[in-house]
Amino acid sequence: MSFVAQSHKVESALPARELLSVRGRDELGPYTLLRLERGGLDPGIPGQFFMLEAPGRLLPRPMSLCLAPPGELAFLVDPVGPGTRALCALEVGAEIHVFGPLGNGFDLAVERPLLVGGGIGIAPLPYASEALGNPPAVLGFRSERHAQAASLLPGADIVVEPRLVTELIPDEPGDVLACGPEPMLEAIRVRVPGAQLAWEAPMACGYGACYGCVVEIAGHYERLCVRGPVLRA
Amino acid sequence: MTTVPILNASGCLDALTAPDVAKSLDAFVTKTVTPLPREGNPPVRIAETEWGMLNSIGLQNPGIDAFVVDVLPLLRELATPIWVSVGGFSARDYAFACERLDGCADVTTIELNLSCPNVEEAPEAAAELVQAARAATGKPLYAKLSPATWDIGETARAVAGAGADGLSLVNTIRGLALDPDSGRPVLGRGHGGYSGPALKPIALACVYACASAVDLPIVGMGGVAGGRDALELVAAGATAVALGTILFSDPFAAGRVRGELAAEATARGVASPAEIRGAALAATPSPVSSTE
Repeated sequence: MSFVAQSHKVESALPARELLSVRGRDELGPYTLLRLERGGLDPGIPGQFFMLEAPGRLLPRPMSLCLAPPGELAFLVDPVGPGTRALCALEVGAEIHVFGPLGNGFDLAVERPLLVGGGIGIAPLPYASEALGNPPAVLGFRSERHAQAASLLPGADIVVEPRLVTELIPDEPGDVLACGPEPMLEAIRVRVPGAQLAWEAPMACGYGACYGCVVEIAGHYERLCVRGPVLRA
Repeated sequence: MTTVPILNASGCLDALTAPDVAKSLDAFVTKTVTPLPREGNPPVRIAETEWGMLNSIGLQNPGIDAFVVDVLPLLRELATPIWVSVGGFSARDYAFACERLDGCADVTTIELNLSCPNVEEAPEAAAELVQAARAATGKPLYAKLSPATWDIGETARAVAGAGADGLSLVNTIRGLALDPDSGRPVLGRGHGGYSGPALKPIALACVYACASAVDLPIVGMGGVAGGRDALELVAAGATAVALGTILFSDPFAAGRVRGELAAEATARGVASPAEIRGAALAATPSPVSSTE
């Protein structure tokens, strides 16, 4: 695998970390849209992420911002492990520490955007869609139940397995902004040079301290939280 | 020393991505630098466990030459004392890196990483590595020791005899996490270094044993998340405290821990937490040495 990192510069000062309360919790199929009060945090650029304290766990969890309604920050969470299950179980009014925005988001200076999402990877796309004026979007899900999350992107074309979202990408796809499972991103990387791909990796810190989230970029291990999570194919 | 300096544990902070955090410390300790560049270990590199976390980074670093030329000038701008952590795979490696740093005025202290659990260790004993480093530099040398040893007090005496000026206690301890579904190791390289809350009692025991064995300054670290943890390390014999895993979840922990530590001292009727140093040693019977 090899990627080209986005050219955005790393901020020299860290973003804020605040204790924010849960405003609401919407169930979308198996996923939970966790809505937190925004506090003094900057919602950042679509594709950037925040570190969310996971109650009862040692390490926070990286989550890209899904939506930024007035006064809120909303994150789409898939309860796949102890940390994400704890986040999905948060009651309204509970408080967690949130740190961000972090990393490099999507470059929004594009002419013909096409949003491509797979499963929980649709998480950063609603915020990106808003910023880009609701461009076309294609989404793929494991099941009809998972596809309920597509309500976050009204108007999107949807496929459910065994069909794959890559079937919906036209021959001249324009400027692809994608997030999803690794095989999906790999397929797009090969097919759409220059596509902006938001990757995922286990992270302990999210701000370049731990060197845990490396991916191979131009033959070297680079921290995804510093060089990504959005990388150019 | 009237206060208890707060440092970061090596490998738990990049001053270039978080300069404000580095400036909030009494000294910044670099990620370990080796004579040659290292790519580090293949992912997966971190795994959270029930009571701590494992890391398997594998000493990823640009090598001593690129560090001195490219990184050190940037660290100078922090105006924070710089400790450089040095690692290697032989006594020659340690000597080489220390010699290279000896002429760097910005480096206040060299910490010898004698105990990374994620790479093959140098075949020489800790004292031989310290001796080689001692011959190569006049800078203060801190020996960072592994807790995975039968009698760490004996190791402390040996490295003190070889010329160490201080001790950093402790490094992570080797651990393994298995994927619940596949039953295979989570980390790419299999095992990793275990850190976090579970390491605290181990760190306390090591600091306690070494403070009993030698009269050297000790940077205590291992599972420090708050002022109470820091105070306990000081009571066990630490002169300074380093933050490791807590920096991953709370980048701004240094200021909080410093404040909590001062409050702990005040609550005990002393002006500075430094006055608590060694209180545990005085109040308890002498530890039984394995050599007795």
